[in-house]
Amino acid sequence: MGSITLEGVRKSFGPHAVIHGADLAIEDGSFVVFVGPSGCGKTTLLRLIAGLEDVSGGRVLIDGANVVGVPPAKRGLSMVFQSYALYPHMSVRGNIGFGLKMAGLERAEINRKVEAAAATLNLTPYLDRKPRELSGGQRQRVAIGRAIVREPKAFLFDEPLSNLDAALRVQMRLEVTKLQRQLATTAVYVTHDQVEAMTMADRIVVLNAGKIEQYGSPLELYERPANLFVAGFIGSPRMNFIAGEGAQRYGAATIGVRPEHLRASRDGEGWEGRVSVAEHLGSDTFLHVEVTGIGTLTARSVGELGLTMGDSVRLLPDPARIYRFAGDGKAMRQ
Amino acid sequence: MARQVSPTRTWATTVAAWIVGLLIFFPILWMVLASFKTELEAFSVPPSFLFFHWTTENYAAVQGRSDYVHHAVNSVIIAGGSTLIALLIAIPAAWSMAFAPTRRTRDILLWMLSTKMMPPVGVLVPIYLLYRNFGLLDSRAGLVLVLCLGNLPIVIWMLFTYFKEIPKDILEAARMDGATVGRELIYVLTPMAVPGIASTLLLNVILAWNEAFWTLNLSTSEAAPLTVFIASYSSPEGLFWARLSAASTLAIAPILVLGWFSQRQLVRGLTFGAVK
Amino acid sequence: MTEELRRLGRLLLAPSVALLFVWMIVPLAMTIYFSTLHYDLLNPGAGGFVGLENYEYFLTDPAFLASLRNTLVLVGSVLAITIIVGTLVALLLDQAVVGRSIVRLMVIAPFFVMPTVSALVWKNLLMHPVSGLFAFIATSLGLVPIDWFTDLPLLAIILIVSWQWLPFAALILLTALQSLDEEQKEAAEMDGAPALSRFFYITLPHLARPITVVILIETIFLLTVFAEIFVTTGGGPGLATTNIAFLIYSQALIQFDVGTASAGGLVAVVIANIVAFFLVRIVGRNLDA
Repeated sequence: MGSITLEGVRKSFGPHAVIHGADLAIEDGSFVVFVGPSGCGKTTLLRLIAGLEDVSGGRVLIDGANVVGVPPAKRGLSMVFQSYALYPHMSVRGNIGFGLKMAGLERAEINRKVEAAAATLNLTPYLDRKPRELSGGQRQRVAIGRAIVREPKAFLFDEPLSNLDAALRVQMRLEVTKLQRQLATTAVYVTHDQVEAMTMADRIVVLNAGKIEQYGSPLELYERPANLFVAGFIGSPRMNFIAGEGAQRYGAATIGVRPEHLRASRDGEGWEGRVSVAEHLGSDTFLHVEVTGIGTLTARSVGELGLTMGDSVRLLPDPARIYRFAGDGKAMRQ
Repeated sequence: MARQVSPTRTWATTVAAWIVGLLIFFPILWMVLASFKTELEAFSVPPSFLFFHWTTENYAAVQGRSDYVHHAVNSVIIAGGSTLIALLIAIPAAWSMAFAPTRRTRDILLWMLSTKMMPPVGVLVPIYLLYRNFGLLDSRAGLVLVLCLGNLPIVIWMLFTYFKEIPKDILEAARMDGATVGRELIYVLTPMAVPGIASTLLLNVILAWNEAFWTLNLSTSEAAPLTVFIASYSSPEGLFWARLSAASTLAIAPILVLGWFSQRQLVRGLTFGAVK
Repeated sequence: MTEELRRLGRLLLAPSVALLFVWMIVPLAMTIYFSTLHYDLLNPGAGGFVGLENYEYFLTDPAFLASLRNTLVLVGSVLAITIIVGTLVALLLDQAVVGRSIVRLMVIAPFFVMPTVSALVWKNLLMHPVSGLFAFIATSLGLVPIDWFTDLPLLAIILIVSWQWLPFAALILLTALQSLDEEQKEAAEMDGAPALSRFFYITLPHLARPITVVILIETIFLLTVFAEIFVTTGGGPGLATTNIAFLIYSQALIQFDVGTASAGGLVAVVIANIVAFFLVRIVGRNLDA
């Protein structure tokens, strides 16, 4: 069992409040991602769950038991650090087995478990090497091995893939997701990369300046963002926002349309504008268009449109996909 | 990075550097040479440089004197003992300041350093009297105590700087792995800090071995280390220059070797980080 | 950072702080106490509270003024010699030198020699007016050998102590030199600056900070030069080589005048504290950086 619940959790460093009252219920076995811009408090929240920082208020419950005041060693959680934090003076075997050694298991038992974990992660040939002899990806896997071997109640990941190069990152994303499904253990994963969040998570927690903006499945966040911030954070390229008169016509303070919901054509219906930049990816085209009276809009089209800088173009928004936001940023009912 | 230096320039600087080096090193060299001369030759006029009757009789005489060995043993015990005890006290203190710092940590560290800057002569009187009353005069324990306290600030300071270089998240990983702070210190911190601990040990053993204020004032014979023993050769009757040289060579040889290895630590330890 | 860690931190720091506190305060308090007494080590019973009389006696004692003068001359001269020569040596060692590590070993060595050994080697093997090496060199050149410890005792001590501390200054300055960005010097060269100007306008300012540190640290340790004097001249002839440290020592353990010695000790502490104040400030600034 590995359910985690936060009730009114607050954290201040001295006079600065970093987390303002977080309430969250993470189900056992689910993969939850904390995502948000730098400084939003996602790593702090993770560390509060881990016990590496004390809460300034509120309760942290693991399987229903309040663990505030309980040291990290006794919470039954494992953490994978951004820098991997491997023990440089121990071999891979020593690194993975260290937690089991601290738990007082027998040497034979430790070896058995370590070898099983290493096999799962394809680390068996490296068991007797030291961390400095391994590549970044291998070290990453040792860090994961160290976490899984203790069969914790939940895994905590602190931006574990950000030190890897792009290709490796995509590969590891799949491996981590597969592993978590296989082990069916709760995972709390912190990242600033919303693509990682969308592809890996069962549910996503979007954080902004210490507040939870929304908690829901990736699709929920994409299709029904709760406010301006979530709408602008999820989805790449960013949703287009239009304020002022263009929005008032729809009865809102701000309206938003995603680039993929703007149909671009040379002449047709929709807002008229001039292409300022055209990005041709082959599979997609991103057009950055100056629309008179509204501003710059980004539109995405599948395939190649044959439009370049300077061309005039028309952008037609899908009426069912126009989001309306009130003055306070909250989403209005469709 | 550097341009090719002309061979003439290299030759010139090499010669100059070697001359300077030999000049500076010369007194030690001269002493070592004297230790291999007979007493007569040691202060003969004109002094012979290389072509004299080489003999090891002085070394035999020095080592034959049981009191030399006695004082050498004292040096080892006092220098080693005071440093090891200082290490034991300092490791937890340095851990605390490096990994559990508070707002006052910096000030406490600076205060500790300032205690090292206090001139020992300022407290000579009370220490001497206290030692006399507690029977600590001329005792190894007494010297170990004084030298330990005297070097403690430097030991703490050096360990602090080495501990700061250890990434904090490796210690956090140990905590997540179930280690208590004690086990974190033993299984993770200390093995990682071994080079730093060794360097600290090295420099402070050297400083304690060469200490010549408290050792001269607080011991006479029983607990006297080599610093005092050599000093006893200063009386005019003891015209045993060759033997003095042999005894001195033996006394400083190990430290010269250790000192060679501890150059970088010297900069780190004795400039208190004011020079990088 | 958790409360548990913080608590543990305080606990583990406490022994060191307590020990050093006691080490500082207790003897210092006793020194202050004794300095107000008339205390003869041979006659502990006699004598009593005399207030500040000891300070008056100590500070007006011509011996004090002489020792103060000697201390300043000693510290000042050693500083000058070690820093000037040390800078030159550091500059030399910063160049391409074949066998540089051996030269470094030779230059560093004096710092690691016991002060008592250094002093005796210089006094007997080098400076001895009859059979010392310097005497031999002098007579070979047709000069009269100097009787160092009779005619120029303070200079003799200065030379010995400078020899011992030269490696410290050289090593620190060499370390600092090697941290000087090569590109700065090259840029100056491309700007047409001759070598001497490059030295004065780039190298020397860069060395300003380490030189300051060397001055402060050496001063703190040089104020209490003791062993070299103890072993060679015993403070003499007369008071010629008595510095403050030796004066206090002789009053305490030779004249057994504990009261005056304590007063003197406190004076020494005050002087050292002034220097320490500046050094701690620099160290503190570096810690924040």
